[in-house]
Amino acid sequence: MGRKLLLEKANVPGIRGFEVYRREGGYASVEKALRNMTPDQVTEEVKKSGLRGRGGAGFPTGMKWSFLAKPEGVPRYLVCNADESEPGTFKDRYLMEFLPHLLIEGLVVSSYALGSKATYIYIRGEYAWIPDILEAAIEEARAAGFVGKNILGTGFDCEIYVHRGAGAYICGEETALIESLEGKRGNPRIKPPFPAVKGVWDCPTVVNNVETLAAVVPIINIGGEEYAKIGVGKSTGTKLISACGNINKPGVFEIDMTISVEEFIYSDEYCGGIANGKRLKACIPGGSSVPILPANLLLKTVKGEKRMMNYESLSDGGFPKGSMMGSGGFIVLDEDQCVVRHTLTLARFYRHESCGQCSPCREGTGWMEKILKNIETGKGKKSDIDLLWDIQRKIEGNTICPLGDAAAWPVAAAIRHFRDEFEWHVENPQECLVRNFGLAHYADPLEVTA
Amino acid sequence: MPNVLNMVKFSDEKLKKVDAIIARYPAGKQKSALLPILHLAQEEFGGWLSVETMDYVATILKIEPIEVYEVATFYSMYNLKPVGRYMFEVCQTGPCMLKGSDDIIGYIQKKLGIGVGETTPDGLFSLKTVECLGACGYAPMMQLGKNFREHLTPEKVDQIIEECRRTAAANN
Ligand SMILES: Cc1cc2nc3c(=O)[nH]c(=O)nc-3n(C[C@H](O)[C@H](O)[C@H](O)COP(=O)(O)O)c2cc1C
Ligand code: SF4
Ligand code: FES
Repeated sequence: MGRKLLLEKANVPGIRGFEVYRREGGYASVEKALRNMTPDQVTEEVKKSGLRGRGGAGFPTGMKWSFLAKPEGVPRYLVCNADESEPGTFKDRYLMEFLPHLLIEGLVVSSYALGSKATYIYIRGEYAWIPDILEAAIEEARAAGFVGKNILGTGFDCEIYVHRGAGAYICGEETALIESLEGKRGNPRIKPPFPAVKGVWDCPTVVNNVETLAAVVPIINIGGEEYAKIGVGKSTGTKLISACGNINKPGVFEIDMTISVEEFIYSDEYCGGIANGKRLKACIPGGSSVPILPANLLLKTVKGEKRMMNYESLSDGGFPKGSMMGSGGFIVLDEDQCVVRHTLTLARFYRHESCGQCSPCREGTGWMEKILKNIETGKGKKSDIDLLWDIQRKIEGNTICPLGDAAAWPVAAAIRHFRDEFEWHVENPQECLVRNFGLAHYADPLEVTA
Repeated sequence: MPNVLNMVKFSDEKLKKVDAIIARYPAGKQKSALLPILHLAQEEFGGWLSVETMDYVATILKIEPIEVYEVATFYSMYNLKPVGRYMFEVCQTGPCMLKGSDDIIGYIQKKLGIGVGETTPDGLFSLKTVECLGACGYAPMMQLGKNFREHLTPEKVDQIIEECRRTAAANN
């Protein structure tokens, strides 16, 4: 069993409430940080831990914190990104629902490090029942002196507010999130200026993911160096993976990034294998934006090594032969699934979520959806496949925010690895309506396993 | 023109809540309260945002009505026209599709006799398809009011419809 730092206590009865959480050692990191450490020392520990942002981009958190501008007399803000809308991703929800105090604790310590006296949790609007859970936790923590004025008598003030979004994936992008927090449409801003200099209400702002901020708790408790010893290379600590699709045990798992993808899928401790005794066809290992991989490339890298569940190994081979850790949204497709159809749903998602500011993204996402729909319903032409390839290339890199890339990559990877399936649709316009393509020429995963 | 402020107005209790929401943001940044207050308004005034409601919210926040319209039209959770008392918002994105969401959507259509985007003649049910709601591991799923209904099957859909009918009858 891998080491657990975040979900270790998730099954303790009553852990949602302050009393049990505190009895189990909760809020020790607040005591330690506020009483015995300076804000810069907290940031230093986070740097030493090697913690990388868990929202998708994997940017080193300590470094991000050290970029925060600190002009005299100007407030600074920490904003917790709980927008969690990347298809396949539902880990932050789990943390907030079942361990709300872990997030609040992480927020207080992080706010102390950054000097944020008003910290906001921007939560996606659809998680409509979770603000009540978080607000109850905040009030309990306040009653115990861990939130609010003069925390633990140290003179540090910190309020935490929950701000509900209203349905827009793009508000997970940090500058769109800031716009939305200001009561505007979620249109991403052009960078620079970066939020660290000019963020919410034009003040220096750090935006971090829920899981990132929760991870600050064990980092302060055990120390950055200890944290960095868990995992491998630049993949330090533990990572939450939300697994879904055609597996026996969908859910949220904490891994220490030293296990292989194969173990993650087939072991009973995690996904428990492919559902209904089917075979593995493909997987999107890090949320809908990252490249899909066929079974053979998923389980082994091009060098023939076992692929591991960490940042480096998942991206081994680059975009042509690898994928990414992304947000940890692990989507598994069994042999009966249709890659064209799955890609179509993702294209529809990105078209729906494009904010419309940049023409390559606004027009390109709609165009890709239309072509994919034609191919999927037996109305496609062979040239459509090349056209799709062309459109995605023209979106990538030509937009204000990375949503354009995020829309392009899934289409690119699907064509790259499953071109024969696209061609089969075009060549068999009747048959593709009644059956799926199947496993195709990809190595039998069982063979790979052996 | 009827006086809009007479038709749409928060109760004193709700106005207190509005003030508490505005107080979360720095002085002068009350526009930041727009999204939460639109949620509150939608709950209070019939499940959707009429022009009157939006204008009312603008007066509360001392911003231009256009600033409210801009926002209300951007976010998918704000309804710009009336919807059924129970809105089934079924997710249709990849991970849910892999677990049969298309069949569930088809089943609900058949069962309620309405298409996607429609409301039953008695005004009780609306059906809407939505994109990933963050419940991919518990698919297929839908949002119903404040909550998620997960691991949907035809039987479960039947039960939910029954449950809604019963609550509606009890509250009438
Ligand atoms: C289109 C888009 C959607 C995003 N959605 C989220 C999200 O839902 N949650 C999140 O934490 N980060 C999301 N991000 C990443 C954020 O922009 C930002 O990098 C992140 O919140 C930083 O936190 P971290 O360093 O702790 O990961 C998204 C980025 C893009 C481009
Ligand atoms: S890339 Fe798309 S979502 Fe991002 S700013 Fe441009 S149009 Fe908006
Ligand atoms: S795909 Fe349906 S909840 Fe995520």
